[in-house]
Amino acid sequence: MAEAQQVPETAQAPLPTGPSQPTPSAPAGATLLRRIVTGTPMVSLLSVVLAIVIGGILMAVTNPKVATAAGYFFGRPGDTIAEIFRPYAALVQGSIFNWEGADFTAQIYPLVETFTVSTPLIFAGLGVALAFRAGLFNIGAQGQLIFGALLGAYVGFTWHLPPGLHLLVVILAGIVGGGLWGGLVGFLKARTGAHEVIVTIMFNYVASFLLLFLLTTPAFQRKGSTNPISPFLDEDALFPALLGPQFRIHAGFILAILVTWGVWWILNRSTIGFEFRAVGANPNAARTAGVNVGRATVLVMALAGALAGLSGIAQVAGTEKYLSGGVAASIGFDAITVALLGRSTPWGTLFAGLLFGAFRAGGVSMQAVTQTPIDIVLVIQSLIVLFIAAPPLVRAVFGLNPRRPKKAKEPPRAKAPMSTSGAAS
Amino acid sequence: MKLELRGITKRFGALVANDHIDLVVEDSQVHCLLGENGAGKSTLMNVLYGLYEPSEGEILVDDKPVAFRGPSDAMAAGIGMVHQHFMLVPVFTVAENVALGAEATKAAGFLDLDATRAKIRDISKRYGFDVDPDALVEDLPVGVQQRVEIIKALVRDARILILDEPTAVLTPQETDELLEIIGELKASGKSIIFISHKLREVKAVADVITVIRRGKVVGDAPPSAAPADLASMMVGRPVSLTLNKAPAEPKDTTFAVRDLTVAAPNGQRVVDGVTFDIAQGEILAVAGVQGNGQTELTEAILGLYKHASGSVTLDGNELLGRSVKDVLGAGVGFVPEDRSHDGLVGAFTVAENLVLDLYDRAPFARGLGMRPSRVATQAAEKIAEFDIRTPSADVPASTLSGGNQQKVVMARELSRPLRLFIASQPTRGVDVGSIEFLHRRIIAERDNGTPVMIVSTELDEIMELADRIAVLYRGRLMGIVPGGTPRDMLGLMMAGMTAEEAAAHEAPVAAGTGAAGADDDGAHRAASSFGIDVVTDDSDSGDTHG
Repeated sequence: MAEAQQVPETAQAPLPTGPSQPTPSAPAGATLLRRIVTGTPMVSLLSVVLAIVIGGILMAVTNPKVATAAGYFFGRPGDTIAEIFRPYAALVQGSIFNWEGADFTAQIYPLVETFTVSTPLIFAGLGVALAFRAGLFNIGAQGQLIFGALLGAYVGFTWHLPPGLHLLVVILAGIVGGGLWGGLVGFLKARTGAHEVIVTIMFNYVASFLLLFLLTTPAFQRKGSTNPISPFLDEDALFPALLGPQFRIHAGFILAILVTWGVWWILNRSTIGFEFRAVGANPNAARTAGVNVGRATVLVMALAGALAGLSGIAQVAGTEKYLSGGVAASIGFDAITVALLGRSTPWGTLFAGLLFGAFRAGGVSMQAVTQTPIDIVLVIQSLIVLFIAAPPLVRAVFGLNPRRPKKAKEPPRAKAPMSTSGAAS
Repeated sequence: MKLELRGITKRFGALVANDHIDLVVEDSQVHCLLGENGAGKSTLMNVLYGLYEPSEGEILVDDKPVAFRGPSDAMAAGIGMVHQHFMLVPVFTVAENVALGAEATKAAGFLDLDATRAKIRDISKRYGFDVDPDALVEDLPVGVQQRVEIIKALVRDARILILDEPTAVLTPQETDELLEIIGELKASGKSIIFISHKLREVKAVADVITVIRRGKVVGDAPPSAAPADLASMMVGRPVSLTLNKAPAEPKDTTFAVRDLTVAAPNGQRVVDGVTFDIAQGEILAVAGVQGNGQTELTEAILGLYKHASGSVTLDGNELLGRSVKDVLGAGVGFVPEDRSHDGLVGAFTVAENLVLDLYDRAPFARGLGMRPSRVATQAAEKIAEFDIRTPSADVPASTLSGGNQQKVVMARELSRPLRLFIASQPTRGVDVGSIEFLHRRIIAERDNGTPVMIVSTELDEIMELADRIAVLYRGRLMGIVPGGTPRDMLGLMMAGMTAEEAAAHEAPVAAGTGAAGADDDGAHRAASSFGIDVVTDDSDSGDTHG
């Protein structure tokens, strides 16, 4: 994967030249963002490991069965250890492979379910990641997702078009809905300087409550229902099932992989991606090089919104088949974690989306089998973000921190002597 | 006080910034550390000042070994440091700044600034500093702020003063004053460590010169050593210090700036009615002390300011009001003054940086898609042509040395046919060897028939490159003078005199007459006695002479 080259990596992190001149005028937030975005894959991996370990400790100390088994720890220590690992075993069983399944379908059902659940996470994660790469903190995937779902679902249950075309139009509607909602944020930022974090957070509320309101209006509410839910989308407007009716997985998952490739292409092979990355890494240099930073901001937010909008389509035209107030669940917020964990690279985001899909799919069965509250999955997800945001902490835990020069206020100007053998000669 | 460094080694991981450095600073001596950027001078001084712990070696003060755990230990031992970037609180008075960190208090914790004021006056009188203890630091000129820094060290009884690149921010006149102050300090028994990469100053002030290259002491030299020899010691190979450029052959005037004005958000005019022309095949160098509108002037031409008024025409087309992309597209090559801030995307690879403003043009892009193979070809060509030292074209540009980063920017901007070339601080922070190379490229571009505008705060560079020199002071043009104009006169203009006034001021001294030359006529006579043609642009109106 060419990703590895695109992101400046370990070369900067472990001294001695220090993080080479952080742009002096960059606001602290932007510097933090850059650090998160350019974190090493190792830190991401260790963050997950650390979060899982701490999650395990939490489950162990809160689980009465562990306490009981620990009572006779010295008699049969195996029991305690088994109890500690039981929830994670259930997690794996519910997300990857069910070794107790009666037939092959039952055995691979968890894995397929993981793919299904990851699909909207991948779309929305890509939206967040793309904006990150352009230096924008897109907290608004939730609202953009809702707008995509809103428009897509409306087109899906009110229009009646030929098979194939209908789905295409629904997808386009999702792209337009999310894209407009995201592009508006970019426009406000470029035109007025409104900070995208504030704007997207507020836009999330607007979108959520607009959805709840619309679902009580005749245009959206299902005939004969008192619940705030929409009619079912036309059969032609839905993603075709991939593995038959016994699985929930649909063609949206394939689309997610294609779109991941598309985002990779945009970021690494297209002129606009070059602009996005330049604006994200050094807006001053981008401006000096003739990039229209405002235009790039609007464009990248519109694209990010469109991706989140696709996430909404994956919900209404994939798994849910109708629009409800809970269509977005917490996907838009999990997407932020997914993008961070994927280091804002498209393929990284894909894998992070799969991991989080597994957490969600497995969390349900973990709760069912071991009575471990599903909230523990949230705790683990949150811990992952926490650790990704603090790479030195993670490195310290694993003893990877380089020794620092005492009170090194400014990075030593030491590039020359050895590293560039012959800069001067 | 005698200071000795024995075998000081400082390692950062695998990198050796200082390699067994021995240095003896005798009593009442000015000891110059000469070396290029990145040679390890600053690291060594930070070790001496207690900011870094040495990996090996020891520091002896008056033949007794000492260990510094921090700057306070170093200060207690009588070592004071004046950093290149001043450590002053702008909104505090001089006395408050001097007291900061060692405040004397009266009963109930009230500040006792009177004692500090008295000390400042005392030191000021003794060394001829002329500093008012109650002036706000932000109101003081840079040269005086530097004296405040020196006072800070002296108040704390420093017997050895470390001056880190002290002249980088000064006008030539301020530099001369500083050199005088250093003489006074020396006469009163202080030792001074003077860090610089400027040969002229070092030769003027030093008792002993120690040259450092790549973390090692290359050798000592007397101040009488030839500049070329010192330069080769710094660089490690013979260097030619003069370019011997052919005289300019100006052709058509294709670039014209008329009454260009840029207002800062607070309404202050940072560029104030500037008017000049540049002909094809000519280098106009813009001189001035840092922060007198040079940045804004070049950025306004590039189209970075929406609120610039006046007119900028290239080949008869108005550039003002057009986007940066359009201006670049009109054939303007632009090297910004701060390469890491505006010229490069540090996280991007060298190859990407080499097409940073060409990425969407043929042959590097076709439609929306970029063509990585063409980008790679371009990188390979430019790396070879400009001798950019990099492990590969795919490493982040931020890992390159300053000189090589600058070569990346220059290579990119010179890689297309140009109608105008603007370079700000083209060799700032660049090693001596690369300076020569970059200067030759700039002159080659001139000889190609391109109008060239160079902005530099280094007079040496101005003298080296300029066919004509424009001097900016507080956003106004003080005049445009020919290339060979003496430094003293440029210095006066940089301090706010118009060309005529400066000539009038200088001429009597130079000509050995006592004439004041106050009237206009006298000024011109004085100027011509100085061997200078004062160029006054008719369209220039009165603005530039105000």
